[in-house]
Amino acid sequence: MATGPAGRGGFRLRPSVRRVADEAGAATEASIALGTTQRGEMVKGYAFLGLLLLSILIALAMLVTLILDAIIEGAPRLDLALITNFASSLPGEAGLQAAIFGTLWVMLGLVITVVPLGVGAAIYLEEYASRDRWYNRFIELNIQNLAAVPSIVFGILGLGLIVRGGLSLGPVAYAGALTLSLLVLPTVILAAREAIRAVPDSHRQASLAVGATKWQTIRHHVLPSAIPGIMTGTILAVARAIGETAPLLLVGATVFVTFNPDGLFAEGYTTLPVQIFNWVTRPQDEFRVLSAAGIVVLLAVLLLVNAAAIYIRNRWYKKRV
Amino acid sequence: MRQDAAREAGAVEPPRLTAARPRYGEWVVRALLTACALVSVLTTVGIVVALFEPTVEFFRRVSLADFFSLAEWAPTFNPPSFGVWPVVVGTLNVTFWALVIAIPCGLGAAIFLSEYASPRLRRTLKPILEVLEGIPTVAYGFFALTFVTPLIRDNWPGAFGDPPGIFSAGAAGLVLGIMIIPTVASIAEDALHAVPRELREGAYALGSTKRKVATRVVVPAALSGIIAAFVLGISRAVGETMVVLIAAGNTPQLTFSPVESIQTMTAFIATTATGDIGVGTLKYNTIFAVGSLLFLITFTMNLLSARLVRKYREVYE
Repeated sequence: MATGPAGRGGFRLRPSVRRVADEAGAATEASIALGTTQRGEMVKGYAFLGLLLLSILIALAMLVTLILDAIIEGAPRLDLALITNFASSLPGEAGLQAAIFGTLWVMLGLVITVVPLGVGAAIYLEEYASRDRWYNRFIELNIQNLAAVPSIVFGILGLGLIVRGGLSLGPVAYAGALTLSLLVLPTVILAAREAIRAVPDSHRQASLAVGATKWQTIRHHVLPSAIPGIMTGTILAVARAIGETAPLLLVGATVFVTFNPDGLFAEGYTTLPVQIFNWVTRPQDEFRVLSAAGIVVLLAVLLLVNAAAIYIRNRWYKKRV
Repeated sequence: MRQDAAREAGAVEPPRLTAARPRYGEWVVRALLTACALVSVLTTVGIVVALFEPTVEFFRRVSLADFFSLAEWAPTFNPPSFGVWPVVVGTLNVTFWALVIAIPCGLGAAIFLSEYASPRLRRTLKPILEVLEGIPTVAYGFFALTFVTPLIRDNWPGAFGDPPGIFSAGAAGLVLGIMIIPTVASIAEDALHAVPRELREGAYALGSTKRKVATRVVVPAALSGIIAAFVLGISRAVGETMVVLIAAGNTPQLTFSPVESIQTMTAFIATTATGDIGVGTLKYNTIFAVGSLLFLITFTMNLLSARLVRKYREVYE
């Protein structure tokens, strides 16, 4: 705890610090008069702690309710047909197969795009870029800002320049993949930079000392050590992309696909969240059950993906220790 | 530190040890890596370019004065009306109710994690809070529509007037607010954590209780970072699409009432873009005009938030 030993007992004195006497002065007027007020202070302290706990509990309670609600509501449709059937206007027969394959294709496109771009950018920023140059600082600021741009704005970028205009790919799976790649690029860059930064400098110096070039050093010494960290970061970015809906609505993910996509550049694809969104918007009760079951499938997929990331991270740490 | 060491190591290298012949491969690699880093800049440029042309096209057909003065948003009606206020107010409406939840709970969670929780409890709670961020927004939308809204409707006290409809700004805002608690909490907690220990110990030395140290010393000292967390929370609430699209309805209305169905900027974009639209039509351009406004609002807030974070870093780190 940052507060150190003084943090645990309310009235323990530490005579060493006087810097903040004026700030703390106001805070202490009441508590200096010990005795009768001490009890009141204690009650107030506990009440305050209770409020703090409540704010965390609200968040946790909603998390639990959300998951339980989806499982309970979706239970009647949690069967094999849910993942083997295609979309249908009959809620009893509708399934997620096209959406599952669509998600797989989009994620494949995403990984082959975002990994080279993200890792390349991270290597540049960590190994080559000097922070003294304005343009390198500009790139960093830019990545930071990009991370906070609303996802639907990326959808607009995809609609205006990737599906139409500029690249004109049409409503294909790769258009969705490319849009999501740009969306999660900052996450991947950040994770890759941290992994690269964690490689001890002595490795680089040893390699340079025996005559390796800068790129040879990076290629043979820095990257191999950084790969587990990069992989963890990438998987977490994929997890985020799997759950994204809004930008895909703009770049051609359609809601009624009765076939699996033929590849990255074939038209007609849908993904899990887009399919679920469609079901949610239908008024019939059966579709509500179906969307709850879809959410359970989606959460299960995300759980698996995150578990993979945690597994890789733990293995890596065990090896290093 | 490590980077400095690397730079020094590079500088120490005597010039005579450089390669006898130019290493073209090294240059190519460096150029490729630089190109990767530039993709992020290109993305920002791409966003601006994608928004710019259709937006300009839009304002050739619809005057700026109409856009910002008319009180009716009905771009698909005949005759259409392009007063943007209803969707802006709709966004603010949902954002307001989201903040009513997210600000106290986010700050409360941050204070608890930074000042009260033992390191072990902190290590357990933080990842659980992060799970909240990892849940897909479509699941939150479903939850708001099929769980929270009926719950509120069934328990609505008659004294408050009419109960909310199936779609309501308040229910969407409530769920959105809980959704952004982790965002607000994690940035606010960073700020609280950066407050030097001496400030706390000084206050303890003068006999303050733990609560007073937290509320009257640590929180004021970290104020710029806490405000940065709030601003980023606002930016996230303004930019969120799925929860409002599913649970707040699609009726542009100039109201701050939590029980009404409204339309936000993001919901308008998503609804209109999924329909059948021809490139270059006024309807198509409308998406980009609203998108530009949304981008400007969130971009300003993100810059403001980044500035505020820099401020406390300068003071304490």
